[in-house]
Amino acid sequence: MTVQIPTEKWVGKVHEVQLGATSAEGGTRKRTVIVGGESTLPFLHFEGEIPHRPAIAIEIWDKKPAEWSPALLKVWGDLVNDVRRWAERAVQIGADIIALKLTPSKGEEKGYRGVKETVKTVLEAVDVPLIVYGPGIPEADNEMLVEVAEAGDGERLALGLCEDKNYRTIVAACLAHGHIAIGRAPIDVNIQKQLNILISDMGLPLDRILMDPTTGSLGYGLEYTYSVMERLRLAALQGDRMTQMPMICTVGEEAWRVKESKIPEGVPTAWGEFETRGVAWETITAATLLTAGADIVVLRHPQAVEAVKQTIEDLIAH
Amino acid sequence: MPLSGLEIYKHLPKTNCKECGFPTCLAFAMKLAAKGAELSACPYVSEEAKQLLDAASAPPIRLITIGKGDNRIEIGNETVLFRHEKTFYHEPGLMLRIKDTQPSEQVTMTAQQVNEYAVERVGTTLHLNGLAIENASGDASAFVSCIETVKAKTNLPLVLMSTVSQAMEVALQKVAVDRPLIYAATKDNWEDMARLAQKFQCPLVVHDEGDLSTLASLAEQVIKAGVSDIILDPETRGLKGTLIQHTFIRRLALRKNFRLVGFPIISFPGEVANSPLEEAVLAAQDIAKYAGIIVLDHFDPSLAYPLLTLRQNIYTDPQKPIQVKPDLYQIGEPAENSPLLITTNFSLTYFTVAGEVEASGIPAFLLVADAEGMSVLTAWAAGKFDAEKIAKTVKGANLESKLAHHKLVIPGYIAGISGEIEEELPNWQILVGPREAVDIPVYLKTVWQAVGAPAAAS
Repeated sequence: MTVQIPTEKWVGKVHEVQLGATSAEGGTRKRTVIVGGESTLPFLHFEGEIPHRPAIAIEIWDKKPAEWSPALLKVWGDLVNDVRRWAERAVQIGADIIALKLTPSKGEEKGYRGVKETVKTVLEAVDVPLIVYGPGIPEADNEMLVEVAEAGDGERLALGLCEDKNYRTIVAACLAHGHIAIGRAPIDVNIQKQLNILISDMGLPLDRILMDPTTGSLGYGLEYTYSVMERLRLAALQGDRMTQMPMICTVGEEAWRVKESKIPEGVPTAWGEFETRGVAWETITAATLLTAGADIVVLRHPQAVEAVKQTIEDLIAH
Repeated sequence: MPLSGLEIYKHLPKTNCKECGFPTCLAFAMKLAAKGAELSACPYVSEEAKQLLDAASAPPIRLITIGKGDNRIEIGNETVLFRHEKTFYHEPGLMLRIKDTQPSEQVTMTAQQVNEYAVERVGTTLHLNGLAIENASGDASAFVSCIETVKAKTNLPLVLMSTVSQAMEVALQKVAVDRPLIYAATKDNWEDMARLAQKFQCPLVVHDEGDLSTLASLAEQVIKAGVSDIILDPETRGLKGTLIQHTFIRRLALRKNFRLVGFPIISFPGEVANSPLEEAVLAAQDIAKYAGIIVLDHFDPSLAYPLLTLRQNIYTDPQKPIQVKPDLYQIGEPAENSPLLITTNFSLTYFTVAGEVEASGIPAFLLVADAEGMSVLTAWAAGKFDAEKIAKTVKGANLESKLAHHKLVIPGYIAGISGEIEEELPNWQILVGPREAVDIPVYLKTVWQAVGAPAAAS
């Protein structure tokens, strides 16, 4: 007997978004990263195209992230005190992209001086594209990301986060300096779509928008993110243009703030060894969201980077 | 694929004899289609029609039970490709493989570990589900003695793995009463294995390394031999190959109602993994994408725990928000001057807030209101977390016995109703906390210390 495999006919595809610009394109990157372009469900190559593999971004901070899990602080050692060396090391261990997190600085009358220098330092240290996140406070994000956009003029940075109540300033900065906007919605298909409409209505081309559906860590809402991503991707393949942006998930941030990966002692023995558990927490969160359609995963632990790299390798193998 | 009333009618005698209790065969057919009658009420229906109609009313993926009693696992009977379309119903069994070539102390230890492993999450205890015992020696007596060693430590369901039908038969004579899963019928031994599955009334794995056509043909032969409780092993093939095979099988069963692959799937991620973490990643994909039984080769709590957590996540009913019990929760060991915060009983909200309060290092009381499992904003918008509800929750929490102050920290998202809450709770001071849980530690260390904490608390 011959089994007829039921295949789907998809009419839509995900927009291709290029992060980073070479000197020919007005930037200084030696390497650029293109994500998106899929015209089929994640890794089901038999009914569509998967022109680009999902990318791994490694998250680094502009100053020591004192609140991070001890497992992370241990593994990065004194690199966390030197953004240049930290960025270099992240690229050595396999970052396709550097995700730079800016923290609010205190006591400077100009507010956020130093931001430009930080961005320039990282741009000089590595030749891969950059994602730059503000501190996550709307006023601070707007002021700092405008500075970042100017400092990285022409580099096709991805800047975040735009939210439905605060996106205009960041999008305007992306428009003025040739960058990419990252829009985050609170695990909600309709709000995500609305935000894409708002951003593109300002004139930003569709190939310069990334969607951040808000990542729930394993055990802390992962299933909500997972299903919203599956729904967004299905809508995209069915031809809904305003859901066709590539998806980016802040896996490291979420997976390393939960008790399981942050608290080494005084937890049930059934939880097992602390560091293995933390790495597994991040790796499994990332792998599961790749299954749901993540195009970029932002990671923190070198061992998780290695495991997720292998996972991606296996999923796109020919 | 349920049949319509008219389709059923075609297969009835069409005599309108009324013995079924309905005036006409057509009326009876309509009632059957609406699941309001049993086919057995018709004394004249042909055997052929009976089989056809039974098959049509069966679920597209058969429900299979392995094991006996409280430890048994039920897998299959799934109805959707994506969990948001409805829900996934039957969590895949997570099992561990033992080989009969391992020293018996090791077998004993593994069986005991798997049997005892339990971890608490969101008010549920998560367990591993069984052991697969492989007849790696090829020797029947070694196989049986290994099974006995395992049985001495656990009553969890078993998978018996042997290519040798004699060894399988001897083993089944010992433990068939526990309804183990027989692994496996292949193109070389399917007749013997099907006979054993029939004789001992145990479910049987059908295993083929080829494509789905050969797997379906083999399943067909086993079905024709009289076995109906089947599990498929399409051969574990690494992340990509497995994802594709599992997707094909699920689509064939649900979209095409193709009965020959309408069964749960078993997978062995350890077969193709180079490390325990890689095995866990493969198992994670199996959980999300359609496996019914996952047999691991490594037992490590720090990997088992995230996998059990993932299984719980993926198999949560998306239509029912998980809720925590509305109650007064203590974070750390709060005293009478510790802060009191209020939030809703959506479990994600609760765990996020509780986690951040814990991370602040400041012991606190967390009052959880019954907002029907909605998050703060959703509940507020739906009128389930308004001033009245908050006041009622505060009044009903018997706080006088625990608190020496009257200060309530509310989520920043409902700052707009703090005035209303003060009207409802005239002797309380309402403090507006942060909008996002992540800012709670800073809030407790700064704002609360300044305005909430009693001066010079000793």
